[in-house]
Amino acid sequence: MTPPAPSTTTDRVFPEWRGKSLDDALLECRDQVESADFQTVARWREAGGLVAGHFQVAFPEEIVHAAGMLPFKVRGAPVEPNLADSHFGSYLCSILKTSLELALSGRVPMEMFISHPICDAARNLAAIWGRNFDHPCQILYLPQNPNSAGSIDYLRHEYDRLRRLAEEVSGREITDEALVNSIVVFNENRRLLRELYEIKREQPWLIAAEDAYALVALAGMMPREEHNELLSTLLPRIRERDARPEDRIRVVFEGGFCEQPPFDLIRMLGRTVYLVDDDLLIGLRWLTGDVPLEGDPLRNLAWAYIERSSYSPVQHDLRKPKERMLLERIEGAGADAAILAAAKMCEPGLEEQVTYTHALDEAGIAYFMSEFEENMTSFSQLEMQVETFVENLLFA
Amino acid sequence: MSIEEMNDGLVGRGNREGAALFREWFAELHETAHRGGPAAYVFVMGSMNEILKTFDLPVVFPEISSLQTAVRHSAHELLEVAEDHGYSPDICGYVKADVAVQIRGGKHPMGDLPRPALSVLTNACNTYIKWAEIWERMYGTPMVTIDIPGTREGGGQTWSGNGDFEADRRYVEVQIRELIGTCEEVTGTRFDIDRFRETLGHANTMTRSWKRLLELNAARPSVFNALTDGTVYLGVANGFRGTEAGARYFERLVEEMEYKVANGIGQSIEEKYRLIFVGVPCYPIFRRFNELFTDWGGTFVSSTYLWFASGGFNRGFEYDLDDPIASMAEGSLISVRDGMDSMFHQDRVAMDMIEELGVDGVVYHPIKSCRTVSTGLADGRRHLTEQTGISSLFIESDMMDRRVVSEAQMKNRIDAFFEGLASRRKPALAGREG
Repeated sequence: MTPPAPSTTTDRVFPEWRGKSLDDALLECRDQVESADFQTVARWREAGGLVAGHFQVAFPEEIVHAAGMLPFKVRGAPVEPNLADSHFGSYLCSILKTSLELALSGRVPMEMFISHPICDAARNLAAIWGRNFDHPCQILYLPQNPNSAGSIDYLRHEYDRLRRLAEEVSGREITDEALVNSIVVFNENRRLLRELYEIKREQPWLIAAEDAYALVALAGMMPREEHNELLSTLLPRIRERDARPEDRIRVVFEGGFCEQPPFDLIRMLGRTVYLVDDDLLIGLRWLTGDVPLEGDPLRNLAWAYIERSSYSPVQHDLRKPKERMLLERIEGAGADAAILAAAKMCEPGLEEQVTYTHALDEAGIAYFMSEFEENMTSFSQLEMQVETFVENLLFA
Repeated sequence: MSIEEMNDGLVGRGNREGAALFREWFAELHETAHRGGPAAYVFVMGSMNEILKTFDLPVVFPEISSLQTAVRHSAHELLEVAEDHGYSPDICGYVKADVAVQIRGGKHPMGDLPRPALSVLTNACNTYIKWAEIWERMYGTPMVTIDIPGTREGGGQTWSGNGDFEADRRYVEVQIRELIGTCEEVTGTRFDIDRFRETLGHANTMTRSWKRLLELNAARPSVFNALTDGTVYLGVANGFRGTEAGARYFERLVEEMEYKVANGIGQSIEEKYRLIFVGVPCYPIFRRFNELFTDWGGTFVSSTYLWFASGGFNRGFEYDLDDPIASMAEGSLISVRDGMDSMFHQDRVAMDMIEELGVDGVVYHPIKSCRTVSTGLADGRRHLTEQTGISSLFIESDMMDRRVVSEAQMKNRIDAFFEGLASRRKPALAGREG
């Protein structure tokens, strides 16, 4: 195999937050996430790094990380799909188009692109991208029958297939040792993200909804070692903040597993309620505990996906009925209500909304239903509706 | 016997017998519903009917029962019922029509449908999973997913003996064995491997015949309409998969088509333009939709629908009866994967059809209801045009929801398409004459 390019993981792709006050550091984080330029990825590439794009939701980032590549979460962007639009028909969600736009426009060049059969629309992406780019564009078939006795063996093999592909693209052999090292980095990252969500649940007044979101989203666009540094520096400072709780209702946001609501929508919600838990970018937090380090690393990753993972409308698991999982999320966060959102034209999200509403009606939990699109720019009417919903709860 | 007398017996027999089998099938379902007997709910891409028929389970294909409501002009009422129940106008119309039928206690225009004793689904369409979850919640009945990994990258299929293929095949086999266990529990009947071999044998006859049927339409003139006749054949291929009646039907259908080819008997119109159809038909105006093409002498000689909605029967995979379960796993993997390829990589399928069938134009019909089929069509069309320069038409509507079907707009586009075909042909003819 060709000797690998020097690792760029020690170079910094996001230095702007360093040496700044907490508020200014968070402002820098928000700016990075709000921008459609993905500057962190551009800097990674300028330093000679390779990029493995992976579409929502979950992805074993450790495998491409072990090849020295940057796993980049392809999650759409607030851009007009000028080039991508003609590649799609009507009745489709926005994230499909803006994700392709990022690549067609050259904003985010990639060396490989992986999508998953998460929904009827997204499972077309590998074929569409494959017709438009020379680099590998593939589907990673994550198991849709995690209840089968064969699912872990199957997934272990599928991960091995991904390992071989990443080796081919990167020119770097992926040893078990390299995989274990990557798992250590990602275990630490997941631990820090769990800590962030612990703060959201227990002391939501310490961090604004949009700041928490920005901190999570950065994980998908910068090296995890550097993201770990960011979180381990900022989280203690967030905990030390001198802020007092306000009289706001505590709300769980559900519906952000794939297409992301506009940043301003999250900001608007954060002004009105405490967002104490959510499924925003749940793929970055898909594994709910540490991946074991002893034994076969690929099998450990496969085991964790099947046995230690979160839930979303795009994975069926008999052990995790979504409505029960949502009720657990609401209870676990001590929430008073839920916002049940769905991206426009998102079939799984819209279908799950029906189930959720029936379950919440039965449990007597208040909810607010809405659809969103990543490119929405006007929120005044939505804000008024949310405020009315909140007032009804506060003064009921 | 004169040709006219033979025509009387043979020509059109497939459609007549198909309709009769349909009535029998729905009568059996009606009887099952009233007897309170068990039935399985399954889907066209990977129905596992070979196993279910081994247990004598009547099968409901909700995709087929839903499309029947559109053809019979009652879908719009059902869509409204489901939407009143909270389902969005933007999701699959098949799902909504079925939800409404379930809410109404199984009342369907073709007879009452039994409740599911179990549902069996593959991941060939993700909505299958969401749909079965609805029944799981409604009835608490077992839901068995057969997860069939598809092609990872265009043109990158693997085959028997390849390590990646074998890993996929083992996974499918484990799941098939688990399905057999569930069927034993649901029916209280032990699995009979010899009976299973019988159903596989019938399925082999059917897939062989299906493949032959598609080949026969390369004849000029073509002998069946892939859109209208094809939908009848698809119904039988799915509902009677693995049965003696299904095998007999297709052997007789091939006999009819071979007779038509031998005697130069085409479709009911004079064939001027040979077309292929990519997508799902427009069932709310099914007959009229077809007429918009046949009025110009356009005939559909094949479709991707005949590939994916047959669960990959076109692939012609025949089971090895000496090793039935492993072979069923291999066949399901290859056939369902092929069905998925004909949706996601339709450009490759269309390219082959153009060459093999002598096609003048390609009609794309993406629909609101089905993103599995529709998402990649615009891009596939761009690619196909770049590669072949063939004329194509791109019209969007729906397979269920008449609110998004505009016949007048459609007609304008279709007329313009044929005018384009005609003008393309004129210089060619002039060139030949000159």
